[in-house]
Amino acid sequence: MGEAKAKRPGFDWRGAGDVLGMLVVLAGLAALFGRFSDHFWSVQTVKTIVNQSADLTALAVGMTLVLVIAGIDLSVGSVMALCGAVLGVAMVDWDLPLPVALLLCLATGGACGLINGFITVHWSIPSFIVTLGMLESARGATYLVTRSETKYVGARVEWLSHPIAGLGASASFLIALAMVVLGHVLLTRTVMGRYMIAIGTNEEAVRLSGVNPNPTKLWTFVISGLCAAAAAVFQVSRVSSADPNAGVGLELGAIAAVVIGGTSLMGGRGSVLRSFLGVLVIAVLQTGLDHVGASEPSKRLISGAVIVLAVVADVHRGRWAGSARKLAGRLRRGTRPSS
Amino acid sequence: MTDSLLSIRGLCKSYAAPVLRAVDLDLRGGEVLALMGANGAGKSTLARILAGLGPPDSGAMSLGGEPYRPGSKRAAEALGVQIVQQELTVLPTLTVAENLFLDRLPTRWGLVRFGELRRRAREALARVGLEAIDPETPTSRLGVGERQLVEIAGGLTRSCRVLILDEPTAALTSPQVDRLFAEVARLKAEGAAIVYVSHRLEEVRRLADRIGVLRDGRLVATRPASEMDLDEAVRLMVGSNPSRDQVRHGRALGDVVLSVRNLSRGDRVRDVSFDVRGGEVVGISGLVGSGRTELLRAIFGADVAESGGVSVAGASPRRFRSPREAVRAGLGMVPEDRKTEGLLLPRSIRLNATLGRLGPFTGALGFLNQRKERTDVVATAERVQLAYASTEQPVGQLSGGNQQKVLVGRWLERRPRVMLFDEPTRGVDVAAKFALYGVIDELAAGGAGVVVVSSEVEELMLICDRIAVVSAGRLVETFARGEWTEEKLLAAAFRGYAGEGGSVAGSDRFPSTRIQSTDYTD
Repeated sequence: MGEAKAKRPGFDWRGAGDVLGMLVVLAGLAALFGRFSDHFWSVQTVKTIVNQSADLTALAVGMTLVLVIAGIDLSVGSVMALCGAVLGVAMVDWDLPLPVALLLCLATGGACGLINGFITVHWSIPSFIVTLGMLESARGATYLVTRSETKYVGARVEWLSHPIAGLGASASFLIALAMVVLGHVLLTRTVMGRYMIAIGTNEEAVRLSGVNPNPTKLWTFVISGLCAAAAAVFQVSRVSSADPNAGVGLELGAIAAVVIGGTSLMGGRGSVLRSFLGVLVIAVLQTGLDHVGASEPSKRLISGAVIVLAVVADVHRGRWAGSARKLAGRLRRGTRPSS
Repeated sequence: MTDSLLSIRGLCKSYAAPVLRAVDLDLRGGEVLALMGANGAGKSTLARILAGLGPPDSGAMSLGGEPYRPGSKRAAEALGVQIVQQELTVLPTLTVAENLFLDRLPTRWGLVRFGELRRRAREALARVGLEAIDPETPTSRLGVGERQLVEIAGGLTRSCRVLILDEPTAALTSPQVDRLFAEVARLKAEGAAIVYVSHRLEEVRRLADRIGVLRDGRLVATRPASEMDLDEAVRLMVGSNPSRDQVRHGRALGDVVLSVRNLSRGDRVRDVSFDVRGGEVVGISGLVGSGRTELLRAIFGADVAESGGVSVAGASPRRFRSPREAVRAGLGMVPEDRKTEGLLLPRSIRLNATLGRLGPFTGALGFLNQRKERTDVVATAERVQLAYASTEQPVGQLSGGNQQKVLVGRWLERRPRVMLFDEPTRGVDVAAKFALYGVIDELAAGGAGVVVVSSEVEELMLICDRIAVVSAGRLVETFARGEWTEEKLLAAAFRGYAGEGGSVAGSDRFPSTRIQSTDYTD
């Protein structure tokens, strides 16, 4: 182990390298699509990508935190639909003003998260099962609330998703971006974030260190529910209506974005910032494949492969980097690699 | 010896430290040899080597005149050497029958012949007195004692020239033990050799022809069982070791800081009471499975006690319902298994060292001052003499001793009134051991009360002011420095098990969830 040295690393090179790696992947994808499509490189494309990914970004923020505590939230798609339904019904059927409707929508998401968290924590049920149940129940509740009809909301919410003049980005996107920053700060700079990482690594060790892990776990699920509510607002404003069938299967999209970003399903490791880049990878891929005229089946085939490849690359990156360094060292010394 | 079935010459094995040193042993057919020794003497390691579960570092073995070098448990079994281990190896999700014949399921055209399997399983179960159990029962539904018997039945169904039983009766009731002994006697009559590892002398004298005693990895004596009595056995197990005096004693004692009253939980902690004063180091000694760890966990609230209470620093007695409550009252604990209960192995030293004590680095809105945290961790590392490269290094990269120092350092900075250590130096090298003793001394000198559980009696005799002995869940006796000898401590450790026909009455007293390895395989 050698001499004890108190090195003070000022800058997290490894973390920066991870982000940089994902930016390279994004640039590579963009270059690839630019090569095969004449229209891909345009301001319009950037606007599309940016303004369509607000809802997935919001979901990915919550999902990252839940995965870090070694849980999972399968209910986000349905909860998003339920929150959207509450928003739509509140505005259309009850004729409530927007701020009140928004509050109701957020409260719905928070309540769903609270139920998920409470059952997971206090009855010690795996979150996979609890949120699987919520996935079904919240969808059922959505149909009940909307009487299975799409609620057309219209102009009262559309402005959120329209690009702000002179900026190109929509308010939705900017809010989602702020959520990413908040989530990242929460995870890396606060006590709660520290507890999340510790709980996801070894909950028993946390308990025996004298910290009660339950409040942190409970709040993490509540945050995920609130993120789903925010996603609902973005989604409703984007399509101008609350659709009871919105967000079917979206939980898998969120999980995909998060794992592309290198967050571990086993807990204890994750980055909200990189999850956002994961969302962008998925969005660029979708838009790019549209541009090159890929059919729906081949789009799905390719995005499936990308998800798996991204995680393979993330998991084995350390080993590959190691062998690359070794090889480089040998080449520099002029010796031949032998194995 | 021409008539020996199994002969061992110069067997050596080291893990971190030597565990077996030049063991010579001859085993005749039709003989029961009992192996005894204190915790960590090398009994289980010897048994494992015989059964092919690990190669020796040096030395030779022969079986029936042929050189015997089993490369695996399977190879040993094929030669007729069977082992029933202390740790249960049955798979809880499979049925009893499947467990018994897992590696040789009767098949026809690739399909399992369940009728045949059931018939064979019934036969095997009958031999250990489990006729009442349906071979189709999932093993998870059996009690610990029954599972142990299934394990034994599995060993008996194979051709048996040498049978090794490692603490087989720990979980068994008296009638079950009788049944097992009858089966051992039958095997013996058939000419098999039996190696019986146990620390229950009464039982050993009933069953064994000869008794071999291991101490510090050496076979110090083998005698006919009739010539061995308890005092003699204990004297042989302990030997005479000059005590070392590198560690400071005689700190000034303050008021009582920990007072445990009638604490009970299940039958591993029964009505335990003791006091610890500020500046005092109290050791808890006892056999593996005697309830030492359970006692510490019950005090700390890691497991909730059923009755009794704990009072810290003069506060009114209470039962802690969580470690958090205990920590708030001024307790700290370094748990038995640092890897699963203490540390976040893939995370940094910094994160591990400040877990549970982020208060000093927390600002407004729960923001962490990570620069201050780093400075603090560097200071802690110095205090516990940690050898490390960077505070951001994953703690899993450190050696066992340094990992333990990180864990201990976490508590030091919280200034607990009472600190509980469970096996603080297990799997730790000698230099780190003394560094940890230094930390324990520093804590006590600062006025804290310290409780240390250890399997190593020598360690306790070195660092403690008093040693309390736990046996079968009860605190049977407390010795002050000067009063104790290794013999007395060991004799007390056996006391709770005496007068019960040499075996434990209830199967539920077996260390079912927290089985400890007696050897340093770390």
